[in-house]
Amino acid sequence: MMRSEQQYIDLFTAHHEALSAHSVPAMNALREQAFEDFCRMGFPTQKVERYKYTDVAEAFAPDYGVNVRGLAFPVNPYQAFRCDVPNLSTSLYFVVNDRFYDDETVKRPSLPEGVIIDSLSRVARERPQLVEPYYGRLARSSKDAINALNTMLAQDGLFIYVPRNLAVPRPIQVVNILRADVPLMANRRTLVVLEEGAQLQLLICDHAMDDHAFLTTQVVETFVGENAHLECYELEETHSQNHRFSNTYVDLSACSTATLGSITLGCGLTRNRTDVTLSGENGEARLIGAVIADGEQHADNNTLIDHRAPNCQSTELYKYVLDGSAVGAFAGRVLVREGAQKTTSQETNANLCATRTARMYTQPMLEIYADDVKCSHGSTVGQLNDAALFYMRQRGVPEDEARLLLKFAFVGEVIDSIHLPALRDRLHYLVEKRFRGELGRCAGCGDNMKCGGERQQ
Amino acid sequence: MLEIHDLHAGINGKEILKGIDLVVKEGEVHALMGHNGAGKSTLSNVIVGHPAYEVTQGSITWNGKDLLALKPEERAHEGIFLSFQQPVEIPGVSMVNFMRAALNAKRKYHGLEPLPAADFLKLMREKRKIVELDNKLANRSVNEGFSGGERKRNEIFQMAMLEPTLSILDETDSGLDVDALRVVAEGFNKLRTPQTSAIVITHYQRLLDYIRPDVVHVLIDGRIVKTAGPELAAEIEQRGFDWLKPEAGEDKTDHI
Repeated sequence: MMRSEQQYIDLFTAHHEALSAHSVPAMNALREQAFEDFCRMGFPTQKVERYKYTDVAEAFAPDYGVNVRGLAFPVNPYQAFRCDVPNLSTSLYFVVNDRFYDDETVKRPSLPEGVIIDSLSRVARERPQLVEPYYGRLARSSKDAINALNTMLAQDGLFIYVPRNLAVPRPIQVVNILRADVPLMANRRTLVVLEEGAQLQLLICDHAMDDHAFLTTQVVETFVGENAHLECYELEETHSQNHRFSNTYVDLSACSTATLGSITLGCGLTRNRTDVTLSGENGEARLIGAVIADGEQHADNNTLIDHRAPNCQSTELYKYVLDGSAVGAFAGRVLVREGAQKTTSQETNANLCATRTARMYTQPMLEIYADDVKCSHGSTVGQLNDAALFYMRQRGVPEDEARLLLKFAFVGEVIDSIHLPALRDRLHYLVEKRFRGELGRCAGCGDNMKCGGERQQ
Repeated sequence: MLEIHDLHAGINGKEILKGIDLVVKEGEVHALMGHNGAGKSTLSNVIVGHPAYEVTQGSITWNGKDLLALKPEERAHEGIFLSFQQPVEIPGVSMVNFMRAALNAKRKYHGLEPLPAADFLKLMREKRKIVELDNKLANRSVNEGFSGGERKRNEIFQMAMLEPTLSILDETDSGLDVDALRVVAEGFNKLRTPQTSAIVITHYQRLLDYIRPDVVHVLIDGRIVKTAGPELAAEIEQRGFDWLKPEAGEDKTDHI
């Protein structure tokens, strides 16, 4: 039997010149090394701790097309896509498959002087000094096969830069669109750099425009400078034919804060890895996540919060509602290193299995090498509360509605902790629609959008 | 009118009600008294359709309809309300959303449009006053962080919102201090009309000083052993229940 890795090795061997020719030196510089790393490691088996709950090799086994020559897909997302968040005044950007979508004709609200939101490869070509010090520094290809594969194959993506002491006044919304006429693999790369004292609110949405099978690797590297503040929410609303492997790395300097939200409303197989390093004193990391899955959907969140410096805080709250035969996994490791005194950390994972066939794996982990810390971790898996259900029915709330209200309330705790009021309202709306099975297409999308196709019920 | 005939019911295969006959007519208040474990709460749970309880024999009709064929929510729409002995907390579900869902489901059942939001909030405000329920409580999650007294008050508030025609108060007096008891009982009395009836389950005379029953029943070991006027409650307050036990009853009554 051919190993899943082989086709990627063959692909790279045959096309590495084309891959490099349609990319830029800063990205090409790491390509060969990543290839070596990938050949050496191969895909992780489920014996590898951090990949225990997702079969990577199986997901990568099918034959997907890869757009090595950087051909543009005929799509105008600005016309096709109207999935806005009402009352949230954002600047909207698109990444189609794995390329930043450029449209000179679109007028966006102007950004403060020095703020860059652009194609990663273009910035790397024109101003390599902004990219080279950061690219590949957090997402080491030697450490993770998805990093290696992505670094081998990625040619473009998104670059966001906020200079010193500047606050981007309105949230930035980036929509990742998957668009293809054949099964497609996309390798997306994102680099976010916040200089000292910078502030940014970022909303990233994942959509699939066609019913084809998609496989995406995504690597996001985020540098949060001293005293800088980042809020970043990722929302996935794709369909059951989508396979997503996302690795997000965030480095927090002293006195900086980051809120990282991950909401999975629709997916096929999703595996999100989030590694946060608190490398300077007085940093604060807040991770929130919600997963709603049914049918055969599979959602795996794997997080690491690495306390390297003293006096930092971290909180983490992930909640899952699983219906049908969905599989959920949460593994969250909090590591408090020697010397990271006065760390406070709180980790919670709560899950609801609404059917007997839904499965949840949960693994909160706390590892402490300092002696003056305040840390807690815990997880629960349960069913809907029968007493509450009956109480509501006695008052006349129909059973289905009562179930919905309870699920909605359960996830509500996560949504309510989002700081952007307009996004919070929008998510409440989307979550309710999702539970009602009415999110066949994401509301407000143009007719071309086929987000969240096959759903149970 | 509620008619219960030869009702046998239990839970987990254990028979608790062993042949109940009870008729509650429009406008009447019936008190149901008895020891712990006599079957009072089982009876109320069976009337409202708790899925854990199984009816093995007998019938319950409500205004001529076969109540046992209806789902709990349909029984609620038909006007049956249970004030729970231990109202459950529902974190994350606000009282407002909960009541809106309940009220509009009832309206839908009766072929009415949902109540416009402004009218609904006005109704909430009006009904809150009946039991002096603080606005803060009405804006919180259902029963979350409510004291025992606040929960019972909240039950009567919900009764006011839903305007049932048969209310069952299951030990509404338990865990209440005298002031709270008065507020809850007065709230209940304000909601009474000649068309509404009630079953009041209690251990004590105390609640019945506020809510005057027309009929008092004593339930022992799954059967109604005595039915009389309000004076029976006072007698029980003095003498307890034991003299009413069937085997004891025979020789004791001889001496009275």
